[in-house]
Amino acid sequence: MAIFLTESSSVIVQGMTGSEGRKHTQRMLASGTAIVGGVTPGKGGQKADFDGRDLPVFDSVAEAIAETAADVTVIFVPPKFAKSAVIEAVDAGIGLAVVITEGIPIHDSTSFWAHAQGSGTRIIGPNCPGVISPGKSNAGIIPADIAGAGRIGLVSKSGTLTYQMMYELRDIGFSTAVGIGGDPVIGTTHIDCLQAFEGDPETEAIVMIGEIGGDAEERAADYIAANLTKRVVGYVAGFTAPEGKTMGHAGAIVSGSTGTAQAKKEALEAAGVRVGKTPSETAQLMRELVGSLSG
Amino acid sequence: MDLYEYQARDVFASYGVPVLAGGVATTPEQARDIAADIGGQVVVKAQVKTGGRGKAGGVKLADTPEDAQAQAADILGMDIKGHTVHRVLIAQASDIAEEYYFSYLLDRANRAFLCIASVEGGVEIEEVAANNPDALARVPIDASVGVDEALAREIVTAARFPDDVADQVVAIAVSLWKVFVSEDATLVEVNPLAKTPEGTVLALDGKVSLDENAAFRHAEHAALVDSAAADPLEQQARAKDLNYVKLDGQVGIIGNGAGLVMSTLDVVAYAGEEFGGVKPANFLDIGGGASAQVMADGLAIILSDPAVRSVFVNVFGGITSCDAVADGIVAALGLLGDSATKPIVVRLDGNNVEEGRRILDEAAHALVEQVDTMDGAAKRAAELASRA
Repeated sequence: MAIFLTESSSVIVQGMTGSEGRKHTQRMLASGTAIVGGVTPGKGGQKADFDGRDLPVFDSVAEAIAETAADVTVIFVPPKFAKSAVIEAVDAGIGLAVVITEGIPIHDSTSFWAHAQGSGTRIIGPNCPGVISPGKSNAGIIPADIAGAGRIGLVSKSGTLTYQMMYELRDIGFSTAVGIGGDPVIGTTHIDCLQAFEGDPETEAIVMIGEIGGDAEERAADYIAANLTKRVVGYVAGFTAPEGKTMGHAGAIVSGSTGTAQAKKEALEAAGVRVGKTPSETAQLMRELVGSLSG
Repeated sequence: MDLYEYQARDVFASYGVPVLAGGVATTPEQARDIAADIGGQVVVKAQVKTGGRGKAGGVKLADTPEDAQAQAADILGMDIKGHTVHRVLIAQASDIAEEYYFSYLLDRANRAFLCIASVEGGVEIEEVAANNPDALARVPIDASVGVDEALAREIVTAARFPDDVADQVVAIAVSLWKVFVSEDATLVEVNPLAKTPEGTVLALDGKVSLDENAAFRHAEHAALVDSAAADPLEQQARAKDLNYVKLDGQVGIIGNGAGLVMSTLDVVAYAGEEFGGVKPANFLDIGGGASAQVMADGLAIILSDPAVRSVFVNVFGGITSCDAVADGIVAALGLLGDSATKPIVVRLDGNNVEEGRRILDEAAHALVEQVDTMDGAAKRAAELASRA
């Protein structure tokens, strides 16, 4: 099973012939992902060589789907062109669009989000590291060699904290890890991932990583209290962030009294989620939890 | 990026939103000349990106140009909640019959936009929301549709604007939406939106936040940046394209990835509790694939901060490999030479960590100390900062 991405996922890369797209296509292929082609407008009909393996390049997502039956796209196109790339993927009927691009204007991401409503497309990101179901498929830039397949589901706003947590818990392993992204407007939320993990028989427990800004963690806490039977361990970054300053991620900002790490921690704890003070303490809480489930 | 009131006023005016006559001054003499041009009574308003300037004495009426000059002389240079006043807006004074509130903003939860409007303006809108929530109309806006005259009229009805101003507020609502979309704003707020005794509706004060990610299609926004108001270290960092935020502690921080760096600040602050309350001195995310040059630029800025007593470099090698990071640290220290004088605690983990640790061991730089875990390294950096 796993969520969103499985061994049967068939993946294309929008922006595959650019430098980031090329580098990460290589890495995704190396980790066993079924990449079936790429999309670069104007380069349709060409082949792109990846260590002796030729991948077809198409002019459009629609063409790529028609030829390859791809159901996942990973988007590396620059911010300026990202909105039209996502809309194109949605209109072509792709099942999952993983938007890696950082720096997309808010008016563009709200616009492609609105466009995707009522379609069959799930959007992950933007400004995210993507999604990995270890040993099955890897759509994005999460290094596949950090941790293998296992029983933990992970959802995180932050890329490097995803890597850190996967590393800390590499002996247990992950069903799926989803980096949902650090922008103010993102497609797939903590709640969407919690819901999917709840329904995934391969996931036994969930680690949820949040950070300052917005109230997604508070809403996730309400959702956990009302809907989840699986146990969740949490971590929140940004307790020391000053009010009104953007901390690296466009969405990581405390505005007035809203979006603080303290409020998020309290909401999660009120929902019965144990929240670690540091990433390693959080990993330790998960280790105890998984140990108790096995026993 | 938040605009100053005078910048917001200029933007409003350029989209046909009615505002009062005015101009911005950086000297008392300019203030006098602007007041003379406007004629009659004016209001002299401190330009700072924080609330509460009225209570702090940053807003004064002036009856004559000389009076405006004197008031500007008092207000310029004033400190309002840590913000020094470098400019004053001189605006025509106006009697106010009623004060309303109007804004468009991002609704993160619904991944859409929201209009908030109220006939109870002139006070902090959070107060209205807390004390009299029924007085606030919240109207969701579909990003793919926007605000046309029909929706503007719905907003006016929902917020119960009086009939005699309804048409004016509808027109202003449509114009403000144009500002919001065309300027790639994430917030457009008018408070107060005022009705004069003559029945004219005007934007008397406003806030606009622009989306920096949209800078590629707004070359003109660069001119709105007030680099003089930024912290000098933040200015230097910006010039080097580094993602740096100055904080008020003693442990300089360098890490890769926004989430990990935020987490590093927290872990240092926890560790610092044991060492006399030592805290992080900054946020600095050098991103993935950081070159030796980026590491050197980052270290140089942090080491030049007089408040910094120790440095914590915390890197998890995801895509970046730790040997490249270690090479970067060694090269950076080579570039910095004798100007590097503060102890540096390094924690490397992840991709190719053994090689990275070996490189640092072999370089055996006197200032560099390696600690294997993030928590342990944070503690060591805090301890070193407390001793220095």
